Amino acid sequence: MALVSVKNLSRVFDVSKPWLNRVIEREPKAFLTAVSDVDFEVEPQTTYALVGESGSGKSTIGRMLVGLLNPSGGNVEIEGVDLANETDAAKVNAIRSDIQMIFQDPYASLNPRWRVRDIIVEPVAARGGKTDGLAERLLEQVGLSVKDAGKFPHEFSGGQRQRICIARALASEPRLIVCDEPTSALDVSVQSQVLNLMSDLKDNFGLTYVLITHDLTVVQHMADRIGVLYLGRLVEEGAPDELFERPKHPYTQMLLEAAPRMDGFGREVAPPEGEIPDPINPPPGCAFHPRCPLAGDICRQERPEMRRIGTTRVACHVAEG
Amino acid sequence: MADPVLSIRNLCVEIPTRHGILKPVDGVSYDIAKGEILGIVGESGAGKSMAGNAVIGLLNPPAHVSSGEIWLNGKRIDTLKGDALRRLRGKEIGMVFQDPLTSLNPLLRIGDQLVETMLTHLPISKSEAEKRAVAALEEVGIPGAAKRVNSYPHEFSGGMRQRVVIALALCAEPSLVIADEPTTALDVSVQAQIIALLKRLCRERGTAVMLITHDMGVIAEAADRVAVMYAGRLAELGPVRDVITAPEHPYTHGLMASTPLASRGQKRLHQIPGAMPRLDAVPDGCAFNPRCPRVADKCRQAPAPKVDGAAAACWFPLQHEEAS
Repeated sequence: MALVSVKNLSRVFDVSKPWLNRVIEREPKAFLTAVSDVDFEVEPQTTYALVGESGSGKSTIGRMLVGLLNPSGGNVEIEGVDLANETDAAKVNAIRSDIQMIFQDPYASLNPRWRVRDIIVEPVAARGGKTDGLAERLLEQVGLSVKDAGKFPHEFSGGQRQRICIARALASEPRLIVCDEPTSALDVSVQSQVLNLMSDLKDNFGLTYVLITHDLTVVQHMADRIGVLYLGRLVEEGAPDELFERPKHPYTQMLLEAAPRMDGFGREVAPPEGEIPDPINPPPGCAFHPRCPLAGDICRQERPEMRRIGTTRVACHVAEG
Repeated sequence: MADPVLSIRNLCVEIPTRHGILKPVDGVSYDIAKGEILGIVGESGAGKSMAGNAVIGLLNPPAHVSSGEIWLNGKRIDTLKGDALRRLRGKEIGMVFQDPLTSLNPLLRIGDQLVETMLTHLPISKSEAEKRAVAALEEVGIPGAAKRVNSYPHEFSGGMRQRVVIALALCAEPSLVIADEPTTALDVSVQAQIIALLKRLCRERGTAVMLITHDMGVIAEAADRVAVMYAGRLAELGPVRDVITAPEHPYTHGLMASTPLASRGQKRLHQIPGAMPRLDAVPDGCAFNPRCPRVADKCRQAPAPKVDGAAAACWFPLQHEEAS
């Protein structure tokens, strides 16, 4: 059974001006659809990557997965429990300790006034669990020293802080860790250390990752399955080999083509046209049609459903296998 | 190389602090020729931005150029002060920063900012400057430029703002543009647009570009030559293809290998142990020696040889067969 199953997930934010401004300026309420009808499943002990550019809704999905935001429509089930609608408190509690999150900015996600030991054991201590020696054990597992437990976050570099964040995420022995851009703030050589650590921990503890990132190279290295998002919609989903070798959705093709390559010396590619449209007024039909080279009449009118081509799922009227 | 536009000789930047003098840039030398794009790569704290800021005289005190020389078109510029320096900025050297929102004045229309820059540096009338402002925006690919000159920066998206910043940097026709992480804040597809734009404009005008970035892929696609910096020093300098495919310095080799692209198909990524030294604890000898797989006694005692032409600052550079 899938560990995480997301069905028709949507999230709408009210971005209206204050009511007095609306009355004076005669403007209607404005709504931003950050996530629209997203479906996917994450199998246990795999890494599912959500990629997309800024504004594609990937972080919003991550926050809904861990329960930091409630969905506006659809639902998220983790081990068969819908956190937003489940009424049995005991069930919800049990699931919550199975989910942890790692954030992008290791400088902002650690309390500067707490010692590392307190930061790491907090997820367990908050539930009244036993914390003797826990921080020290976890620090060793993430490649830091036992002595570091008594230090404060400012004494560490960015990569070391991200290790502390990982140790904290591991403290409650979770099954699922949602990683929101875990290495975007890190340098290349530190990024490789953290990614290697994440792979090792996944094997050792049988973890499942939902990896949210904009970096295609990281995704290609880490993911077992990839979902590509555009303007809050899932446009393509597939295994990395298939997706990178034979991208089917025109947006995925554009994204891969535009990504800088190490062997692209003096490469002259026609850069992609246009930018992500305004999510408050998304284009009708397929959200990508204004930038799509293949767009036909149907793309302008009807939103494409997800359909299966081989092992990949694609939301496109014209894509072929 | 025939008459480089920019020539930096043995540049050192120092920051005096209570605990001693820090050297964020330590003996760096390189040239940039007309129409050439020189990429400067390195991890954070390697001193790549400091070197760029030193060239345009934007070092924040107490940081200062302590020794070395900077020559622009045969003129020494590191000793300039006040008005002379101000005439140089914008006129001779254009600058593109990482964050396009903070490099534009939010209270001025885009057109006014362009006109102001041109009137300051070029002997033209206001109406001529206004015409050129529209042309400059058209050139960087802003649709409806004639209308958009009257817009404010907040009305543009991130990619469009960076285009405006590039138009600003180029409008006084400088001979050198310093682009400090110009695409780091942008999305992949927009990044490709900006890089293509920068390449095209500089080729057409013969502008020299110093492209500072940490992204190896951007360097590979845009730069002609690349300088790799580590702990304030040049680790390696050479044509981009050589440095990326056959790096001679062990640091460059480790850096290239640790990008996920290079390890395609491998379960684990290549790792360089440790982290870059802090500026107050740069080891003796070669700065990379504590992390280097090829370290020997010589590396711990004598500073690595200075980069000269296309070579690595290393006592025991990798031979090309080994590097592959």
